[in-house]
Amino acid sequence: MSTGSSRSLVVVTAGLGQPSSTRLLSDRLTAAVERHLRDAGVEPSVSVVELRDHAQDLMNHLLTGFPAPSLQAVIDSVLGADALIAATPIFSASYSSLFKMFFDVVERGGLAGMPVLIAATGGSPRHSLALDHAMRPLFAYFNAAVMPTGVYAASDDWGSGEKGTDGSLVERIDRAGQELATAMTIREPRVRQDRYANPVAFERLLHGDPPPDR
Amino acid sequence: MQFGVFTVGDVTTDPTTGLTPSDEERVQAMVTIALKAEEVGLDVFATGEHHNPPFVPSSPTTMLAYIAAKTERLILSTATTLITTNDPVKIAEDYAMLQHLADGRVDLMMGRGNMGPVYPWFGQDLRDGIPLAYENYALLHRLWREDVVDWQGQFRTALTGFTSTPRPLDGVPPFVWHGSIRSPEIAEQAAYYGDGFFHNNIFWPKDHVQRMVALYRERFEHYGHGPADQAIVGLGGHAFMRADSQAAIREFRPYFDAAPVYGGGPSLEDYMAQTPLVVGSPQEVIDRTMAFREIVGDYQRQLFVMDHAGLPLPVVLEQIEMLGALVVPVLRREFAIGRPAAVPAAPLHPRVMALRAAEAVPA
Repeated sequence: MSTGSSRSLVVVTAGLGQPSSTRLLSDRLTAAVERHLRDAGVEPSVSVVELRDHAQDLMNHLLTGFPAPSLQAVIDSVLGADALIAATPIFSASYSSLFKMFFDVVERGGLAGMPVLIAATGGSPRHSLALDHAMRPLFAYFNAAVMPTGVYAASDDWGSGEKGTDGSLVERIDRAGQELATAMTIREPRVRQDRYANPVAFERLLHGDPPPDR
Repeated sequence: MQFGVFTVGDVTTDPTTGLTPSDEERVQAMVTIALKAEEVGLDVFATGEHHNPPFVPSSPTTMLAYIAAKTERLILSTATTLITTNDPVKIAEDYAMLQHLADGRVDLMMGRGNMGPVYPWFGQDLRDGIPLAYENYALLHRLWREDVVDWQGQFRTALTGFTSTPRPLDGVPPFVWHGSIRSPEIAEQAAYYGDGFFHNNIFWPKDHVQRMVALYRERFEHYGHGPADQAIVGLGGHAFMRADSQAAIREFRPYFDAAPVYGGGPSLEDYMAQTPLVVGSPQEVIDRTMAFREIVGDYQRQLFVMDHAGLPLPVVLEQIEMLGALVVPVLRREFAIGRPAAVPAAPLHPRVMALRAAEAVPA
């Protein structure tokens, strides 16, 4: 049904190191999504956002209330995407502050209904539930469509081999990639709402229609 | 084209001296600034309205009436009047009274305020900001135009047989601007009534300013008030000047670095690149302001914020003198060039128009 169509994917990754294991995980997930999209006859267009590159601008946005032009471009790319991969290291039992800073400046309605694949990395498998007690509620707040499989990679997972057993990192990446690709394929491309286009007649606003973005 | 100053009325410690003005000193400084604005030939003084420290101007009409008594030509305005948490009946009464005392030299700008707790302090809910702005203004609009009002709404006790007094001077309500930085709903409201729209662009990059004003202009025409290029637009501006740009930057940087609105954030240079802030020579202020016309079209009112972040009063007065002597005369001349005759000036009360005509002073 979607043969010949295309979908955009934005990858937001909050790794700090160079190289970063969060970026490594993001890249593997991206490749899995691309593979499954192509299998379904859908051409992916992918852009990757390293939040580290925008760390100063994010803090400035929080302090001044407006984004620098390069950060605005990143926010626009996320809001305009058909799907999102969101990946963060787990710090102190939750997503990193850099990761949260970005989602603090994304307007709430902008991710509504968007398929989101959540992913995280950590030094120990004992933090894996941060995916479900921290990241999943964050995207629930945005009314995003969070995929059932989130992928957590502890250091040990990177030594688990090519196939591994059921539940290995490779298997989880593939499953999560398939879920996101399917969610993207069955949805029409998202149309971003433009707050400046098609204004509602003022009489309707005055007499009770709630304005958007309340 | 009108030029003036607007002030938020903040009490801020001067970071270079550690001195903090008292509330009395700050209130008197605001009055002195207004008188200086008239003295140097500016057209407008507008005060903010706030109900929490570190701001002093909680009672704009009291201050503006006092300034009215000490001035002859200055238009007295607000930036902004809280249409959300003030009783619209009291706004109708207060500003009509001010019109009478100021011989019509009054307009005002509606805004929603800048701090959440102000809403509950005045018995409202922050989440109702836009509906409050809509309903309260709809009532205010009627109170100034209908002698006897029967009314009911969601937020205020109903009125039956109510007459707001005094009636507007000569039956002409004060002109109203609607100010909003980020809400297209307010641009829509301004357009619906054919009122002015003021974008305090000092906080926002230009493409956002452009979209907000373009929406207002388009909808102004849609509601039948005239062609889009004849809508009434005002903009903010923000400057610190010295004859030599480097001297201006040297002197202003400590204030910028410690200022409540951007301190700890972007560098002065980045902030200047991304917003209308100009720290430099008068010519740089002129160039930057002239460029606003390319963003929003020919417009009607340009207000500058000059007194904030703890700048001492003598420095602020010096800045306003430079604005009046070196910047605004050039801007008046330059903005007049190529301005289509059909583009109106900002509306003035007929009495003020008559006085200006008699004086043959360009508006």
